[in-house]
Amino acid sequence: MAVLTYRDALTQALREELQRDDRVFLMGEEVAQYNGAYKVSKGLLDEFGPMRIVDTPITELGFAGVGVGAAMVGLRPIVEFMTWNFALLALDEVVNAAAKMLYMSGGQYKMPMVFRGPNGAALQLAGQHSQAWESWLAHIPGLKVLTPGTPADAKGLLKSAIRDDNPVVFLEGEMLYNVKGEVPEGEHIVPIGVAELKREGDHCSVITHGKMVLVAMKVADDLAKEGINIDVVDLRTVRPMDVEAISRSVQKTNRAVVLEEGWEICGMGSQVVDFIQRECFDDLDAPVLRVHQEEVPMPYAKNLERAAKPDAGKTVKAIRKVMYLD
Amino acid sequence: MATKVVMEALSPTMEEGRLVKWNKNEGDQIKSGDILAEVETDKAVMELVARGDGVLRKRLANEGDASPVGTLLAVIAAPDENIDSIVGSAGAGAGASGQAAQSGGASQSAGSAAQAVADTKESTSKSAVPQAPAQSQGEASTPPQQKAGGQGAPPSAAPRPAPGAPSRPAAPRPPAAAAPAAPKGNGSSRPAAPAAGGRQRSSPLARRLATERGIQLGGIQGTGPGGRIVKRDIENAKAAGVAAGRSAAAARLATEGDFKDVALTQIRKTIAKRLTESNGPIPTFFLTAEFDATRAAELRIQLAEMGDEYKASFNDIVIKAVALALAEHPEVNAHWLGDKIRQFNRIHVAMAVAIEDGLITPVLFDADQMTLWDISAKARDLAGRARERKLMPEEYTGSTFSVSNLGMFGIDQFTAIINPPETGILAVGRAEDKAVFVDGQVVMRKRLRLTMSCDHRAVDGAVGARFLQTLGRMIENPLMLVY
Repeated sequence: MAVLTYRDALTQALREELQRDDRVFLMGEEVAQYNGAYKVSKGLLDEFGPMRIVDTPITELGFAGVGVGAAMVGLRPIVEFMTWNFALLALDEVVNAAAKMLYMSGGQYKMPMVFRGPNGAALQLAGQHSQAWESWLAHIPGLKVLTPGTPADAKGLLKSAIRDDNPVVFLEGEMLYNVKGEVPEGEHIVPIGVAELKREGDHCSVITHGKMVLVAMKVADDLAKEGINIDVVDLRTVRPMDVEAISRSVQKTNRAVVLEEGWEICGMGSQVVDFIQRECFDDLDAPVLRVHQEEVPMPYAKNLERAAKPDAGKTVKAIRKVMYLD
Repeated sequence: MATKVVMEALSPTMEEGRLVKWNKNEGDQIKSGDILAEVETDKAVMELVARGDGVLRKRLANEGDASPVGTLLAVIAAPDENIDSIVGSAGAGAGASGQAAQSGGASQSAGSAAQAVADTKESTSKSAVPQAPAQSQGEASTPPQQKAGGQGAPPSAAPRPAPGAPSRPAAPRPPAAAAPAAPKGNGSSRPAAPAAGGRQRSSPLARRLATERGIQLGGIQGTGPGGRIVKRDIENAKAAGVAAGRSAAAARLATEGDFKDVALTQIRKTIAKRLTESNGPIPTFFLTAEFDATRAAELRIQLAEMGDEYKASFNDIVIKAVALALAEHPEVNAHWLGDKIRQFNRIHVAMAVAIEDGLITPVLFDADQMTLWDISAKARDLAGRARERKLMPEEYTGSTFSVSNLGMFGIDQFTAIINPPETGILAVGRAEDKAVFVDGQVVMRKRLRLTMSCDHRAVDGAVGARFLQTLGRMIENPLMLVY
């Protein structure tokens, strides 16, 4: 199997879907002539031309709205946000137009579109440009929210997103673009709403998604040396969430740590914990703990940024605590 | 703060208990863990332990009274504390014991009912101790019409603990160990809540496992934060066996006049209920076979000659043979579960033991894995403790097949009644000398009659017969038992 970067896996998915269906088109800031701010659309302008790979002005609300209109008349737009931090300006189109169109038109308008771009923190981009938005977006009925953490899932989920008739929020990561992994060629589809057990162990469940999957895998490696074997449940989709996969794991291990990139209050993890207390109450041997960003805007200073982010050390500490080892 | 003493579920199947004897009098100083009374459950006499400190202010049940689980039996409180409301509410919760009279009797007017509810509310708020979770749940699920006068008061003062998982757990809690601090680095601003009145903490999983295994949480020291009982504590308790002995047997009642009325004991009620259940709905058939037990008898003599510690009874030999035969016939080592038959891979043989006022069936777990010597020693131990009524609930539950032996009473053969959900039981008669033909000659042989009762819903005639055949081969060739 070919080893690709997360970035190239996304490009491959875009190319294959652009070839497969001529209603699919990509638009956003710098996606065409500049080949994408993060080069995800590299080479696509040359191959598909300016009608299908469209550069937009710096107007997030405007081009998101154009995308909604295009979807209403039967096209299948992919709207790239340079980062999801900038997408805040477009939330009215995402939340009030795209997410509600099918419902409020009495089923007359489907909304087959994808909003995609990097989410969460990179390195030293400070408070306004280091935010993980999945819990905001997953709060909205009508949206599907995808958070691939590996190149293979990035490709398989993007293809599913483009083929879906509903508005899909697709959250990538600047720090993920260079991550390498095996990616199946051609028709590789990862279904929306299905989690994957990325590592199997009996002692504790770590439930996570997106960029934090890599952290969880490192934790699994480190703890395995101490004889502690953890289940790593990669949600992959945070809305709809695969509750069965979560329960299966927690019912086996009797304890869980929920790891996410965003903040604590109303974070994705609070929803996971709610599912666990409901589905696994009699299986729990310890309270479920959460690992997340500290409750501050992301600091610019390198040392403070490191301290504010969730990481392997904090995750190990939480695991040891729910196992009553500390 | 007042502590209510209620009839606790002391065995997995207990629904009511009879108060055999009070060990403490009103006015006695009580410490948590003191033995307040002896309670006869459906199987054994167990101790009722104090869950709080103070003075035994009021005893609400008399010796000999039977009360459903959850009934208020007594109140422990400070010497000057007002316990009227708790005592007054006694009838409202269980509605069984004579205390109902105190809160208005059977014909309560609407006004006095409201009064009782109001009392209840006051009492629950006073005895903040363990009811907090149970109560909030009760409140949430109480239909509005049950709430009196729009007060929103919970209707019951005596929440019924789940069997085996008392909702009023014991007091012992490491004194200095505060509640677990919120994990650092978790950004949590929740303060560590102090334990309410010495409630013993346990994880939901630990409570579930304790219920499943018939373990009392009260006797376990938790090793989690703040003394929380966690999974590993239950597993360790299971291994060690939580001590829960009993003291004296029930006092004999003096007899007067020409006749004696004998009250139905809990065990007698249970036997009646269970056996009626058995002979009614279970379509039972019986298979009897006579086997040559001469070699088994010789084996017994040889073992006895080796010394007392090697002695084995006929019953031990039969149990060993049954266990090995069951291993070859799993279709007989089964439970009938209504919608399915569960065949067990492990073999747990129960043996019926006669005790003073009934019988009990202690279990030899994994009997097929035990040597004859193991079985002999364990059977002696179990029978001895059964007669003293000192068995733990987990020692007389969980069997997959049963053996009943009346040979020692000179019974040639009999039919035993199946202990549901098991699907078979073996009745063992006496081994007696008989004249039989062997190779055309009349010779004297030890002969043993075995009768198997089979639940035809699970076991067909041929299946039972093949099992008996295997069993007979083992008994006639006892070397197979040690091979």
